Amino acid sequence: MAKQAPEQPARAPAAVALHLDAVDKFYGDPANPAVHAVKNFSMEVGQGEIVALLGSSGCGKTSTLRMIAGFETVSRGEINLAGRQIDSLPPARRNVAMAFEGYSLYPPLTVRDNIAFALKAAKLEQSEVKRKVDHISALLEIEPILDKYPSSLSGGQQQRASLARALIRKADLYLLDEPMSQLEPQLRSVLRGRIKSYLIEQGLTSVFVTHDQTEANALADRIAVMEDGVLQQIASPAELKDRPANLFVATFIGEPPMNVFPAKLSVNGGHLSIAVEGAGSASGFSVELGEIACPPGSALQDGASVHLGVRPHSVALGKGDTRGLVVSNQWLGDQTHVVIETAGQAMVAVSYGRVEDALGAEIAFSIPPRAVHLFAEDDGRALLHGREVVG
Amino acid sequence: MHHTSTAERILRGFLLTLVLLFFLFPIFWIFLMSFQTNEDILRIPPSLFFTPTLENYIALISGRLSTVAGDLDIAFMRNLWNSVLLSSLSVGVALILGVPAAYAFARFKFRLGENIAFTLLSFRFAPPLLVLLPLSLYFSELGLSDTYLGLVWVYQLIALPLILWIVRGYFEDISPDIENAYRIDGHSWATTFRKIAIPLARPGIAAASLLAFIFCWNNFVFALVLASADKQPVTVGALAFVTASGIQYGQVAAAIVLSVTPTLMLALYAQRYLVEGLSLGAVKG
Ligand SMILES: Nc1ncnc2c1ncn2[C@@H]1O[C@H](COP(=O)(O)OP(=O)(O)OP(=O)(O)O)[C@@H](O)[C@H]1O
Ligand SMILES: [Mg+2]
Repeated sequence: MAKQAPEQPARAPAAVALHLDAVDKFYGDPANPAVHAVKNFSMEVGQGEIVALLGSSGCGKTSTLRMIAGFETVSRGEINLAGRQIDSLPPARRNVAMAFEGYSLYPPLTVRDNIAFALKAAKLEQSEVKRKVDHISALLEIEPILDKYPSSLSGGQQQRASLARALIRKADLYLLDEPMSQLEPQLRSVLRGRIKSYLIEQGLTSVFVTHDQTEANALADRIAVMEDGVLQQIASPAELKDRPANLFVATFIGEPPMNVFPAKLSVNGGHLSIAVEGAGSASGFSVELGEIACPPGSALQDGASVHLGVRPHSVALGKGDTRGLVVSNQWLGDQTHVVIETAGQAMVAVSYGRVEDALGAEIAFSIPPRAVHLFAEDDGRALLHGREVVG
Repeated sequence: MHHTSTAERILRGFLLTLVLLFFLFPIFWIFLMSFQTNEDILRIPPSLFFTPTLENYIALISGRLSTVAGDLDIAFMRNLWNSVLLSSLSVGVALILGVPAAYAFARFKFRLGENIAFTLLSFRFAPPLLVLLPLSLYFSELGLSDTYLGLVWVYQLIALPLILWIVRGYFEDISPDIENAYRIDGHSWATTFRKIAIPLARPGIAAASLLAFIFCWNNFVFALVLASADKQPVTVGALAFVTASGIQYGQVAAAIVLSVTPTLMLALYAQRYLVEGLSLGAVKG
């Protein structure tokens, strides 16, 4: 719930490094698969780009990552990395580094030896190994545990050691599976920044898994949102917020989540307006969108049923002629979350000032036309963002 | 908690001694018996004081047993050697077959995998005699009866399931990501198995080998039915001490001491691997 960060300048896309082409993953008997964990997944990751795989638990993030690493077979489709098709190569020949979420350090070796293992195997000079280990351990704040054995480490320490072991190597691609899930929030936000600058400095291409939106926003150039094995959208954090591809992405991204109302569209000589019907005693409201050119064949037809989406930050409080009842009003120290009952449903609004209206009071609000998102009623695909018609 | 009182220490020492006495007394008594003549042993009441004699050991090692009824040839040293050979060969073969199989069962889910593993375990439930009768017919047909090869093969019924199930558990306890991390660093599947999986499962492999060795060593019926005198292990060979003129307790005791020694030494040697397993910890995933 941090304040909106200033927009980061997008880094220029470069040549494609990683390419997943229509990849599927079935677990169990191939003829009669028990789980279809990843479905027709296609994605391109540019050289030096940082991509986050974001999604709820069990949506297939780890499966995708493990197919790229080679620990799981690719049931269908193709994976290319640095100009080579890698999906049928053993992990050893893919030239990929990976940080693991759980236990992955070799117990008989100290953390230092675990981290330096690959470098020593590559016959790097001793002083060079030491310099690199020192650098990466300072970065990840694991110097005090370098001479300990894995069995005596906490989960977060093991994760950082695993991360250090992956980052210290030279590889075409870095795969990080929830690299900071077990760290406390303060350390996590410090390390996020450091890891990002390390990746950018060294020009490393990486794909990391997370289910923390803040982490995805802070670290990634682009975020791939997954749900139920399907890639919903891959785009920059700002794009995901402003132009979600469908209702799922719209409600998944953003905190608090987008408000969604069932609504009716009317088109009157190029002039669009949306009506949200009331329910029972609660009266509805409508939003005038003004003149918008709808291309022929668009689903934006007069009388069409749609979903109206509005982000809580975009609801303008205290003005306009639409009214609702204040159901809850919470000052969070830097912003106010107000829950308003309108059109028979609860709507969240966020204001960066204090809102004085008491519980049960009537409050006026309005929905600015440029903050309106429309989604198709049947499959939830996006139809309109602000004044931009999709498709 | 941290400071044990004197009374507590004494009590603990006393209890430990009691337990040790209980377990070690028979072994100690047999050890004493092995240095006594049959007359000394059978004297009533028994006495701790006697003139020690090496007669029993000499008889065993020279292979000549003198009884009141005359001299007898016994093949004890040959039997002992057979035991060592059969048990170690059997465990060796079981390790070569069982450890990779245990790894496969632990790491890969394949069709009928569980059924195969369970079938192997069920060998341990089968009454050996039931298996032996048809087996002895097949063995004479195949020319395998009374061969070391045939015996080692049958001993797999004892050793293989043990190795497979114990070692499999150890492999399952190792987080696959420890191996994955090594593989992705540029090592083949086979190298990972050798350099990571086997060393981490070593305590389990040591424990399973030791157990399998002891079980093979103590086996009686397989060799009794399938082998003739010159291939028989000590367990069967010990029957020779039941002679026309009575049971030769002194020699039986000496034979027990000699036949326990290899297993005991093996256990002492394997101990460091077993203990290593306890201190390693945190390989679980
Ligand atoms: N080895 C396996 N055998 C069978 N099903 C599996 C296997 N691994 C994962 N699955 C299933 O595949 C689906 C996707 O799992 P996956 O681990 O990729 O999810 P995830 O997005 O990483 O979840 P989380 O955020 O909880 O880590 C889940 O339904 C899971 O139960
Ligand atoms: Mg996962």
